[in-house]
Amino acid sequence: MVSMDMFHELFESLNALQNAPTYHLLFEAGLIAWLMWLLFRPSYNPHDRERLTRREEQELIDEWTPEPLVPATPQDSRALHPRIVSGKVGKYIQIGERNCLNLGTNNYLGMIENPEIEKSALECLSHYGVGSCGPRGFYGTTEVHLDLEDKLAEYMKCEEAVVYSYGFSTIASAIPAYAKRSDVIFVDEMVNFAIQKGLDASRSQINYFKHNDMEDLERLLMEQADLDRKNPKKAKRTRRFLVAEGIYMNTGLMAPLPKLLELREKYKLRFFLDEAISFGTIGKTGHGLTEHFNIDPSEIDMISGSLENSIGSIGGFCVGSHFIIEHQRLSGLGYCFSASAPPLLMAAAITALDIMQRDPSIFQTLRDNSTFIHSQLSSQLPSDLRVHGHPESVIKHIRLANPSGDKVADEQLLNEIVDKCEEAGLALTTAAYLSDREVNLPEPSIRVTVNALLSKNEIEFAVKTLKNCAESVFKIQL
Amino acid sequence: MALDKTEYSMSAAEKMSNGAVGRNKNGVRVDRLDGHVHQNGSVKKEKRRPFIESFEKIPLLTAATTFIGFHLILLMGYITSIIFTPKVAREKNRKGYVPLYDRFESFYSRYVYRRLRDCWNIPICSCPGSEVTLKDRVTHDCGWTFEYTGTRSTALNLGSYNYLGFAQAEGSCSEDSAVKIKELGCATASPRIEFGTQKIHQELEALTAKFVGMEDAITFGMGFATNALNLPSIVSKGCLVVSDEKNHASLILGLRLSGATIDVFKHNNMESLRQVLHSAVIKGQPRSHRPWKKILIVVEGVYSMEGSIVRLPEILELKRQYKAYLYVDEAHSIGAIGRNGRGVVDYFGVDPKEVDILMGTYTKSFGSAGGYIAGSKAFIDHMRVNSHANCYATSMSSSCAQQIISSMKIIMGMDGTNEGKKRINQLARNSRYFRRRLNQMGIITIGNNDSPVVPMMVYMHSKIASVVRRLKTNNIAVVGVGFPATPLMEGRIRFCLSAAHTKEQLDNALVHVEEAADFLGLRYSRKRRSKEPVHYSDSESEVE
Ligand SMILES: Cc1ncc(COP(=O)(O)O)c(C=O)c1O
Repeated sequence: MVSMDMFHELFESLNALQNAPTYHLLFEAGLIAWLMWLLFRPSYNPHDRERLTRREEQELIDEWTPEPLVPATPQDSRALHPRIVSGKVGKYIQIGERNCLNLGTNNYLGMIENPEIEKSALECLSHYGVGSCGPRGFYGTTEVHLDLEDKLAEYMKCEEAVVYSYGFSTIASAIPAYAKRSDVIFVDEMVNFAIQKGLDASRSQINYFKHNDMEDLERLLMEQADLDRKNPKKAKRTRRFLVAEGIYMNTGLMAPLPKLLELREKYKLRFFLDEAISFGTIGKTGHGLTEHFNIDPSEIDMISGSLENSIGSIGGFCVGSHFIIEHQRLSGLGYCFSASAPPLLMAAAITALDIMQRDPSIFQTLRDNSTFIHSQLSSQLPSDLRVHGHPESVIKHIRLANPSGDKVADEQLLNEIVDKCEEAGLALTTAAYLSDREVNLPEPSIRVTVNALLSKNEIEFAVKTLKNCAESVFKIQL
Repeated sequence: MALDKTEYSMSAAEKMSNGAVGRNKNGVRVDRLDGHVHQNGSVKKEKRRPFIESFEKIPLLTAATTFIGFHLILLMGYITSIIFTPKVAREKNRKGYVPLYDRFESFYSRYVYRRLRDCWNIPICSCPGSEVTLKDRVTHDCGWTFEYTGTRSTALNLGSYNYLGFAQAEGSCSEDSAVKIKELGCATASPRIEFGTQKIHQELEALTAKFVGMEDAITFGMGFATNALNLPSIVSKGCLVVSDEKNHASLILGLRLSGATIDVFKHNNMESLRQVLHSAVIKGQPRSHRPWKKILIVVEGVYSMEGSIVRLPEILELKRQYKAYLYVDEAHSIGAIGRNGRGVVDYFGVDPKEVDILMGTYTKSFGSAGGYIAGSKAFIDHMRVNSHANCYATSMSSSCAQQIISSMKIIMGMDGTNEGKKRINQLARNSRYFRRRLNQMGIITIGNNDSPVVPMMVYMHSKIASVVRRLKTNNIAVVGVGFPATPLMEGRIRFCLSAAHTKEQLDNALVHVEEAADFLGLRYSRKRRSKEPVHYSDSESEVE
């Protein structure tokens, strides 16, 4: 009906046009043309005269020489000549011809060589194949993934868990899922590289406080509170986050959890704790920092952990309340936009968790080993070296007592010790960093990792070897 | 001056299309893109199959109803949100905190997405092969919670990225993987640079480099991280990245982390790319007008949501013209297209070395997990020293590495059979057959005729869910994609074809798709349809 009416009107007006006198039509046409010109005439643009001709443009293109894609790489860089391990990377590892006691990898509970885990991985392989061929949203969620998430949530006494296929991408995806450009994050200056990348991706304002220095943190928080008072409107929209590690990968020290929680409450921060190292190593039954300090996990908004260290598989996870965790299933970039983890690796993780639950004595052994090695290193190392880290930490950093200030030279010196140790049957590694990328490059160190399988003799052997090798290197130095 | 300009654009148009450009009204673009094979300086031209890409526009009426429909859904959601806020959506013990989630975001996920939530994250209990076993679940509260019924159903799998059918629980690949688990363990608990390098990693890198035709390659445990953690070591502040607007989230994240300036060009639109490059070289950096340090073009081989294939020969031409570098993400193209399954360079018959950086993932065609970057030896050396993932992330599991090595050897024919060739041909045949049948039904598909990803446009938000549910009851598993993963008006169903599918399986699926199309009114296309039966042939020269 509407269209009929429209046609009718159009027809009428066309008729009217036909009947009008010619001069009238001409006059109106002129008027319209003038109006059009007024509306669409090119405005005067001072840049017009600066516009380049085609030839000038071509000259610019010809002149431009881009930098090479990448600069030349020094061929003696250690990264180009990694140690090749044959066989499993277990308690002892085979490097070339040498069989070495391994104090260099994050195999804290010795899960890597566990036959039970291997068996469950193989069983899963024979049912699911290797890859999952799709992200979690698109038929990449297998029963095994769901099982593991349930088990992790239960183990960590939280409502829900979410599993990622790569340890690095776990916390690096989780942080920017919540923290956005207008938010503020308070974070320890020594956090690991994955957290640093998560902070970068969030584009929030980052405030670093001095390592484990609660006074410094409180100072920053008070500064923020002052700002908030000045601009309450903005403060109402600014979320505040606190990010810390349970045991710091870069220092081996433990976060002062009770004090952090106190500040969290006082300044209304949301608290993310990365337990990549402390999960499965700290606490009476290996539940991590919350157990160590006897704190209810729900006090912490989100705990993230790794399946690559104590669990001996590949991947990572976050646990927390359903309200928090579920958000990552739509907003965690590494979760949504990546294929889910191979089911067999998830099956391996489930079995590792079972073992941890079944036999908590393993954590006592691990703790004993950690403290024993700590005291041995403290008393036995030559005076040029010093051990850093919490006594109960599975990670110890051995640094020069008097660093020269030249990090490259210091690292080289430590590498010489490491190489000597390897010749003597002890596999150690200096902690690898991308020196130009770290926010706060740690002093070079030999990173010693402890595991639950070590016997007293083996620990004594390791400390003695390290001592002898260090002494011989320092002797050459002098 | 005006003359200057037209002359310029004409010559550019000529340059850009290496061959005939034909455009007919039906919204199908047929080009003849020839790859140049540079050999000792001489240019050998190889005639290829026509490059057919469809881009039929959304009918106006559909656009209008889609728009209104979406807002109706929002309104409905808004009303429900006023009436009741279930307990699960509240945060505990955080009174007086700034709300954690953006208001629209949480509204959208709770009241819009929630109603369709049953269409995603469907758990499976089998290998994602040509068929997949779904774990049945029901919801009694509109998607707030799910309950498992304890039953299972088997469905034809048109949702997984199992392009060459290597997602198998039996067969030589998984047997080899089992052997490696016994020999090398599941994991190393160490990054590559410390103690995480085993012989198998080096073998994988050498084989990958050979497969893609580059000097060297470096591998990582996750495809997403391959992009996100390596792009920052390639570009930095003062560099310009020219990125396709449909690029994957991992590329965008990597570029964001790199600190480089990012300029976006229209999806697979060469004129848009040329303009961006042209003005970038001429104008230099914003404000300072210093010349850019370098310019990197970042594209994908096959776009997983669009089904399009990158116009590589034209990009190479522009790259040469403007001295840019080129990064191609072959996540969905490696193994999946090309005569020898070697991705877009193989598809167009160009020398891989003309591309500076070939990145890809092992998650799709190889039925494993992880990613690689391949390039010149000098470039890969740089990556080994500077890559974030190489330094900090755990190395790839031996089981994944072996799965890739075994499947790659089959694709390359190194197992002494023509099994790989057969799979490649089967996939190509399935892709073309399925798409042509859909088109014949009057369904709008987008993307390239040779792409194994076939997006079927349904436009409306509610129809995405209806199609997924309907096909699921007919035992066909497909993936629906809608806002925010696609633009608001472009809801679609995505079919991923596989070499594991047989013609019978596809025919069965097509019957049900046709039913759904009739029931839901999905025959949007206004192209003329041919009545001639579509043959399931392996003829390579067939043209629509
Ligand atoms: C273009 C592109 N790059 C990278 C990835 C990530 O690969 P992966 O699933 O192996 O993490 C994907 C996967 O969806 C992709 O489509």
